[in-house]
Amino acid sequence: MKTYENKKSMELRAGFGMGLLEAGQRNPDVVALTADVCGSVKINDFAKAFPERFVQCGIAEANMVGIAAGMSLCGKVPFLGGFAEFVTGRVYDQIRQVVCYSNKNVKVCGSHAGISLGEDGATHQTMEDIALMKALPNMTVLVPCDYNQAKAATLAAAEHVGPVYLRLGRSKMPNFTEEGAKFEIGKAQLLNEGKDVTLFACGHLVWEALEAAKALEAEGISAEVINIHTIKPLDVEAIVASARKTRAVVTCEEHLFNGGMGDSVAQALALHCPTPMEYVAVDDKFGESGTPDEMLTNYGLRAANIVEKAHAVLRRK
Amino acid sequence: MKSTKELQTIATQIRRDILRMTTAAKSGHPGGSLGTADWMTAMQFEIMKHDPEHFSMDGKGQDMLFVSQGHITPVIYSTMARRGYFPVSELNTFRKFGTRLQGHPSTEHGLPGIRMASGSLGQGLSVGIGAALGKKMTGDDTLVYTLHGDGEIQEGQIWEALMFAGAKHVDNLIATIDYNHQQIDGTTDQVMNLGDLKAKLEAFMWTVVVIENGNDMQQVLDGMAKAKALTGKGSPVAVILTTEMGYGVDFMQGTNKYHGAVVSADDLPKALAQLEETLGDF
Repeated sequence: MKTYENKKSMELRAGFGMGLLEAGQRNPDVVALTADVCGSVKINDFAKAFPERFVQCGIAEANMVGIAAGMSLCGKVPFLGGFAEFVTGRVYDQIRQVVCYSNKNVKVCGSHAGISLGEDGATHQTMEDIALMKALPNMTVLVPCDYNQAKAATLAAAEHVGPVYLRLGRSKMPNFTEEGAKFEIGKAQLLNEGKDVTLFACGHLVWEALEAAKALEAEGISAEVINIHTIKPLDVEAIVASARKTRAVVTCEEHLFNGGMGDSVAQALALHCPTPMEYVAVDDKFGESGTPDEMLTNYGLRAANIVEKAHAVLRRK
Repeated sequence: MKSTKELQTIATQIRRDILRMTTAAKSGHPGGSLGTADWMTAMQFEIMKHDPEHFSMDGKGQDMLFVSQGHITPVIYSTMARRGYFPVSELNTFRKFGTRLQGHPSTEHGLPGIRMASGSLGQGLSVGIGAALGKKMTGDDTLVYTLHGDGEIQEGQIWEALMFAGAKHVDNLIATIDYNHQQIDGTTDQVMNLGDLKAKLEAFMWTVVVIENGNDMQQVLDGMAKAKALTGKGSPVAVILTTEMGYGVDFMQGTNKYHGAVVSADDLPKALAQLEETLGDF
């Protein structure tokens, strides 16, 4: 079994900030916009390095989306950054009309996604954003799992031509993927080979899935861990191949059951390889205030919960 | 350069096109289209610097126009076709399955001249600002124009955009508001009184030009020339264009009835009789 080490817990949004800075250095057409949360979403390094390519929109997300779409017409590659809830749910129609339907090269970057945002509470903890964004034709949906991958995903988004939603968390989380590894959009990442059950995970829960695989290994259960960092386009081939092998699937995500990565996996399996499956996700409710640790634990998004669901699915095999 | 008389002649034909397109499609928005036909003709044929034969999405070196109230596609498509963006005969396909002439403007179907989907109201000014910023960043000194319905400015995003453009000195942008005082559910006064529009725009740090009669070609030409002359001076420019919904057909004027309803096939001859066929029907 391959082991992964948490080199140092870091914020995914910080990885995004570093990726954006590097993307800006590589490509003079990369521009950044924010709605009064420059520091919170880590656009400040870019803004400092390239003040003439940074647009402060004030607290007006809808306008920001339109401006980004307009700038893209002139060959710019706009990255707009804000809290995930306010750059997805709040501006859904704007993204639908002028980004996705008009198929513009705009990157929507949502920080503070998920329940691990913590103390701010449910108003700011979106767990619906993957569902919203993946429903839009032309949209690519990226959910990196750690700091290194957030940086790599940002660079990949800058090179990809077309609308992208990039989901990022606020809190410090284990950083365990290889620094500088290339991020391949649409290509599932096999982290651990196994034969009894497949754990498909995304975002912060990839680390939890790796921890779960270790615990299962100790019980003599061989768990395959696959990072679904691209929810759309989904790597159906990799998902089906793994499900055919293990015949038991658990999906793990910091999102609602409805419309999340798990539903994408379920759809792929229903069409190509019906397989017993369990979800580790939040079941149709809003979050609340608490520390990030408390939130993940109390909402059932820990390695122990994944182990429990693995047992459940193995009983159905 | 075309004379005022020539432009009036074109606008008359465009009004015929609008009526024939919408009646044939049995749907569409003739009222606002007729009201803005003079302005749109002036823009396409005289005011804007653009080259229909060399349309490019990035609009480099060309003025851009975003019609934010996308429902007035009849006038958008007719003026574009008459100006040479695509064959006039294609107006026959308006709103029909498989057409490039979608009910509301779309980039999905590859119609030259359209750079952004519109019609979900309130979004075009933001897009125009973005394009204007993009032009500044790329050293392109051409202009960005937007057009809005007066009812449309009830959308909150418009005020976000107005605040941005004023505060950030987006002075290569001219936003025109079709001030016809009508919207679907009644007059703008009945639905949502717009108050002192000029004062509001000025309070948002815009320079305002008022065209008292937007259905008088000479006034439109003079007003838009004045607006152009005011660009590049540190403020965005707004044009309040007073028009009459349904202008050009007596029974369509002074009412919001034809905002989103078409003239019946039976009534069409009565309407067309008031508009001379000047350039040949499509």
